[in-house]
Amino acid sequence: MTQAVATYEQYEADFRKLQEARSAEPDWLTELRSAAFARFQELGFPVARKGNEPWKYTDVRPLAAETFPYETAAAASVDAAQLFPFDDGMARVAFVNGRFSQELSTPSPDGLTVMPLTQALEEHGEDVRRHLAQHATYADEAFTALNTAFLADGAFVLAEGAVEMPLHIVYVTTERVATHPRTLIVARPTSELSVVESYVSATGGAHFTNAVTEVVLKDGAQVTHRQLLLENHETYHMANTRVHQSRDSAYRSLVYEAGGGLVRNELMVLLDAEGAEADLKGLYVSAGKQHVDNNINIDHAKPHGYSRLYYKGILDEQSRAVFGGTVMVRPGADKTDAHQEDKNLILSHEAEVDSKPALEIYADDVKAGHGATAGAIADEALFYMQSRGIDPERAMLFLVRGFVSEILDSVTIEPLREWLEESTTQALPRFRDKR
Amino acid sequence: MAVPLLEVRGLHVAVAETEILKGVDLAVSEGEVHAIMGPNGSGKSTLASVIAGKPGYTVTGGEVLYSGESILKMLPDERARAGIFLALQYPVELPGIRNREFLRTALDALRESRGEDKVGIRDFNKLLEAKAEELGLEPEMMKRNVNEGFSGGEKKRNEILQLAVLDPKLALLDETDSGLDIDALRVVAEGVNRFRGPGKAIVLVTHYQRILNYITPDFVHVLIDGRIVRSGGRELALELEKRGYDWLREGAQTGAAPSA
Repeated sequence: MTQAVATYEQYEADFRKLQEARSAEPDWLTELRSAAFARFQELGFPVARKGNEPWKYTDVRPLAAETFPYETAAAASVDAAQLFPFDDGMARVAFVNGRFSQELSTPSPDGLTVMPLTQALEEHGEDVRRHLAQHATYADEAFTALNTAFLADGAFVLAEGAVEMPLHIVYVTTERVATHPRTLIVARPTSELSVVESYVSATGGAHFTNAVTEVVLKDGAQVTHRQLLLENHETYHMANTRVHQSRDSAYRSLVYEAGGGLVRNELMVLLDAEGAEADLKGLYVSAGKQHVDNNINIDHAKPHGYSRLYYKGILDEQSRAVFGGTVMVRPGADKTDAHQEDKNLILSHEAEVDSKPALEIYADDVKAGHGATAGAIADEALFYMQSRGIDPERAMLFLVRGFVSEILDSVTIEPLREWLEESTTQALPRFRDKR
Repeated sequence: MAVPLLEVRGLHVAVAETEILKGVDLAVSEGEVHAIMGPNGSGKSTLASVIAGKPGYTVTGGEVLYSGESILKMLPDERARAGIFLALQYPVELPGIRNREFLRTALDALRESRGEDKVGIRDFNKLLEAKAEELGLEPEMMKRNVNEGFSGGEKKRNEILQLAVLDPKLALLDETDSGLDIDALRVVAEGVNRFRGPGKAIVLVTHYQRILNYITPDFVHVLIDGRIVRSGGRELALELEKRGYDWLREGAQTGAAPSA
């Protein structure tokens, strides 16, 4: 317990320092920051226990027991080609240890405004103020509160019209620090945008990433959002993504998790107007002692909404995964069509998954379904491949690739899809360096 | 005399404590087609599966020799690379694995084990297209996942396509005819007949003699209750069609199994 106290003291000291350094920022932001930090102090880190259903299977005590400094030295140099070789042909905005990196970033493509949040406060103050912290609320979310208290550089993305070039937002960590990456994406009416948001470690060794992302889709906007969690296995990664959809907008998401030691990903999509469409896909690949927890919520607030949620997991060695998903269909959200599914492939007797999809329906004339499965590779499939001359190791690799293809085939950026496929097998030690 | 390609000697096989095969003897030489017939539950599929190395069966006695060597300790993929092929009674669906990629990987595995180079993609596609056309399978199906969404007849034809492309020495066909309409049956039989030849051997497991109208066997064996109770030529199958299996079953029960 004393260690946790030390942790809280560290956050407080860091917060005071940050407040002083940011004394020139607008009053509303100072107030937001202070309120959020006060709320974090009240809430404390969530506790895994009975009755606290969303945190029942994920214990963050090891994180609470460690301190990670917030202040960092000047950003170390980073080898982009080695750390994220998949972003050829994309625009890029990069952050190293939470600080914007001009060196690693490219100019914004046509139709897109991309800049650090600090700069956006001056140049797009109205958009920032209208949306920042409006969707990712911190009242019940300790990690969001902490992120909001510490929000600094972060990424501001504003899309207008059809943006052809995909954007890569990358947060790199090079040392033992706490970072609180904040991303705000606003897609103006009928705009089209493709974003890859990735998290990578430049080295081994623990760090703490506490990310919050807000995505706002105005009427008819279409956003394809791919979040890649690729950090090292010592890392604590807490992610909160909140999506707000207006009329006839379409949000397509892929959450890809192959990295991180203790990962908690919370994604909440609010379909807040008629005709909104959300397609959420996920792939988590875990080995060693990794723990990956996905908590995905789709909130149908208005009629004629459509949502599909499809997550898949591959677990090996002693890893553990948690899937909690809720599809909520609120009163009046009639004619909603929703489906969610979580499928797990378990390669080791020591790996474990807890999958709990749920539906809450309070409207009429709703089409909704859900399912969850967990199983090993089918003996008959393995035998079938062997009976054609394919050795068991290669057959397994084939079956694993087949399993993930349903998710990865949705990635229409070919170099990225190929990289993800390769990364998936490399994330499983039994297949490493095999083809 | 040359060593038979396949020789089964006094084979006893159990599945979870229950004895299914109770001493089966069978010798199949190159160039021959053997039909194994019998009622449901007689052990026909078990025999084919055990030869191919399918897990779940325990050999409690006897031997299976392939080119004179015991294969019972070999893994299924090792047997396949040695030239044994089993067309499954219920072909398995492989989600996310494309037919074309699957077959090319299998062919490469066989070639690799023979010390040959991998097949060129263009050569392979040409081969696959030609073989698929012979079996009336749309080229589009080669891009689809293995057996996923295929009709029963398409699955069986896909098995014969694999036989044609992989070109083994010994083909075990496990009720490849069941569930096929007459047109599909003819196409499948033609595929098997194209495979048939001097260096090849076929063991055809079937419940009905219908397919033997198209694939003329050299030998017919009747398997009842885990034993081959009678062996003969083509005419035995015709007799079975007229008289059913019961006249042999009674013989089997009294222990008066007639010899071939």
